[in-house]
Amino acid sequence: MTFEEIHQRLVAKFGERVGPLAPANKDAWALVQTAAIVEVCRHLKEDPELAFDCLMNLSGVDWPKKNQIEVVYHLWSYSKRHSFILKCQLDRAKPEIASIESVWKSADWLEREQYDLLGINFTGHPDLRRIMMPDDWIGHPLLKDYKEQPEWHNITTTRDSPLDGFVRLDELRKKAAAAGAESAAPAPKKELLQ
Amino acid sequence: MTSPKPLEIPTMDMTSKEVLRRIEVGGDMLLNMGPQHPSTHGVINFLVQTDGEVMKRAIPEVGYLHRSLEKIGERCTYNGYMPYTDRVDYIAAMFANQGWAMAVERLLGTVVPERGEYCRVIACELNRIASHLISVGTMAMDVGAVTPFPYALREREFINDLLEELCGARLTYNYLRIGGVAFDLPTGYEEKVATFLDHFEKILDEFNRLITYNEIFIKRLAHLAPIPAQMAIDYCLVGPNLRASGVKFDVRKDLPYSIYPALQFNVPVGKGEMGTLGDAWDRFWCRVEEMRQSCRILRQCLAQIPKGGEIMAKMPRKIKIAEGTEAYSRIESARGDMQYYAVAGPGENAWRVKIRTGSFTAMGIIDALSRGLMIADLVALIASLDVVAPEIDR
Amino acid sequence: MSKHYQQDFGSVITSRTSFIDEIINLARKSSIFYLLFGLACCGIELMQTGGPRADIDRFGSVPRATPRQSDLMIVAGTLTYKMAERCRLLYEQMAEPKYVISMGSCASCGGLFQYAYSVCKGVDKLVPVDIYVPGCPPRPEALTEGLLRVQDKIIRERWFSDRQKIGQQKPGLGIDYKVTA
Repeated sequence: MTFEEIHQRLVAKFGERVGPLAPANKDAWALVQTAAIVEVCRHLKEDPELAFDCLMNLSGVDWPKKNQIEVVYHLWSYSKRHSFILKCQLDRAKPEIASIESVWKSADWLEREQYDLLGINFTGHPDLRRIMMPDDWIGHPLLKDYKEQPEWHNITTTRDSPLDGFVRLDELRKKAAAAGAESAAPAPKKELLQ
Repeated sequence: MTSPKPLEIPTMDMTSKEVLRRIEVGGDMLLNMGPQHPSTHGVINFLVQTDGEVMKRAIPEVGYLHRSLEKIGERCTYNGYMPYTDRVDYIAAMFANQGWAMAVERLLGTVVPERGEYCRVIACELNRIASHLISVGTMAMDVGAVTPFPYALREREFINDLLEELCGARLTYNYLRIGGVAFDLPTGYEEKVATFLDHFEKILDEFNRLITYNEIFIKRLAHLAPIPAQMAIDYCLVGPNLRASGVKFDVRKDLPYSIYPALQFNVPVGKGEMGTLGDAWDRFWCRVEEMRQSCRILRQCLAQIPKGGEIMAKMPRKIKIAEGTEAYSRIESARGDMQYYAVAGPGENAWRVKIRTGSFTAMGIIDALSRGLMIADLVALIASLDVVAPEIDR
Repeated sequence: MSKHYQQDFGSVITSRTSFIDEIINLARKSSIFYLLFGLACCGIELMQTGGPRADIDRFGSVPRATPRQSDLMIVAGTLTYKMAERCRLLYEQMAEPKYVISMGSCASCGGLFQYAYSVCKGVDKLVPVDIYVPGCPPRPEALTEGLLRVQDKIIRERWFSDRQKIGQQKPGLGIDYKVTA
């Protein structure tokens, strides 16, 4: 089945909770209202002609300019060999959406990862906790305005460049000549082993 | 160097405690298997609640190799991200390269010239053999048979030599480029690959005699954690794991890309030959047979490759794509269906890169399968699912 | 007996090890057991180094799975913050005298992951490193060279005479100098 046919069936069943098929910017997708996502997914899985038995991918995309976080669902059917893409747009200040773990089991870990990295709260998820980052990490790293902490558990997060202390002799002499008549002695050689 | 500040020896993390509160730790032991353990699947931790040798639950904990590749994808140019995709799955690095190249080529609409496609397939199928060699070698080693592992490593050294001659590196190749490949096949390369294939097919038969049909090996792996096809699809298992459960699906045949339509090969599907359909022995057998099919593909490629021609399409110097364009690419990696979701950003970088790998979803099924198994069976189960830590954590 | 250890690229520190020191060190350097701490891509090259072609078992080095039985820790691969505490824990579980090889550029300085939020920029923030082996990943021959350098360090240690860590107690003495016997 093509994207258009699947979309027609969805619109026939759910009306305006499923948006129009977005213009094919390589892959066409349909916007679904956030409140209706579990129903739509369950219908996609259980309808015998659609039969989407596999949730291939669940990713969150952060759009700070539009003040939204998008959740993109890529679905695939092994029996019918067709695919479809759904999107939900969440408010960036408080991103919340119902979990579809009850529909497809693979959503379990995929949703945990997006919670960890983007801060999306999947309500109804049986075990929503951090998966990639350490449990006491502060912040959600994949957000566009994420700032790294200077240290974590006494480990500093930056490393000095080994070239920081070295000053080139000719640049020093140029600076000394430009600065005036004072003859600056060249800087002492950095200790090789401290 | 200054001596490091003293770290407190950590006790169990907070939320792991929360997890444990949900488990009834009556008189049972709670063991930490990992993150450093001798089975070479990488740094993965398992919280195992056992009653003696029999497990009640095994909860996998990942993230010990999370190298934030997706965030780095947002600051690299499209071409500059290629070395990072090597590290997504370093054992089968050519596939990860190819997935990214195909996603960006889909964003741009480029067509790779034919000789470039043949070079890609030759490199990828050699890498598939190398990856499966490590997978079957470590599976045998985890079960206790240490001998097949050096045999597999020895064969892998030959493949490393071939790939080093092709692109200069032994492990993280960075060979594919957006629009083609980086280097052409050296002179005399086809003969070398043919010599290797002649040698390797005999080794495969020897390998089967040594371990695949070995009585003790079969007794260890048959009937171990059989995964019914519906459960495999629900948990989104891919690759040899899925095919061992009886689902005949291979991205190379069903959603063909590159020059795979011109090649003839079989797709090994599990038959439940030695035990139940979808048990660990079927997954092992699928990988061994895939190596044989890869040899067949390679021979056809060497015969059919066009003699001259471009290896790389005409690409602009700086790749810029309209913001918001998305593309999704699927390839059949050694570990299954690797999928790249790329969203183009303003300027020369991607806005979002999401890599969905087979090992990540395979970890989700371990908790459900491990009730009632013994600890030694857990090791065999993880090995049979062929999980590698970089694919899980990226 | 006093010996010169002179190599092509420059002179090395000669320390006046006695005969007993040399015998002990010869035994120690010929059977270095290393901890299998393969974290990432370098871990595969570590396996290949222990494998059939570039075999480090011929130097007496066998892999051990537990830190209690090993005296060398080869940190092979990228160290993340989540793994860092476990790395320190394993280092502290090893018995003295112990050595650390930092294999690959990720372990030495963070490698190509400088902009990663979760990668520890170098294992020497946690454990004192003896030898850094560059490469991404280093060839088995390069890791073998690193192991041979650790052996060079071991052969120069003193057990019974005045033990002095070079360069730490007398700053400035860390610069290599030529001494003729």
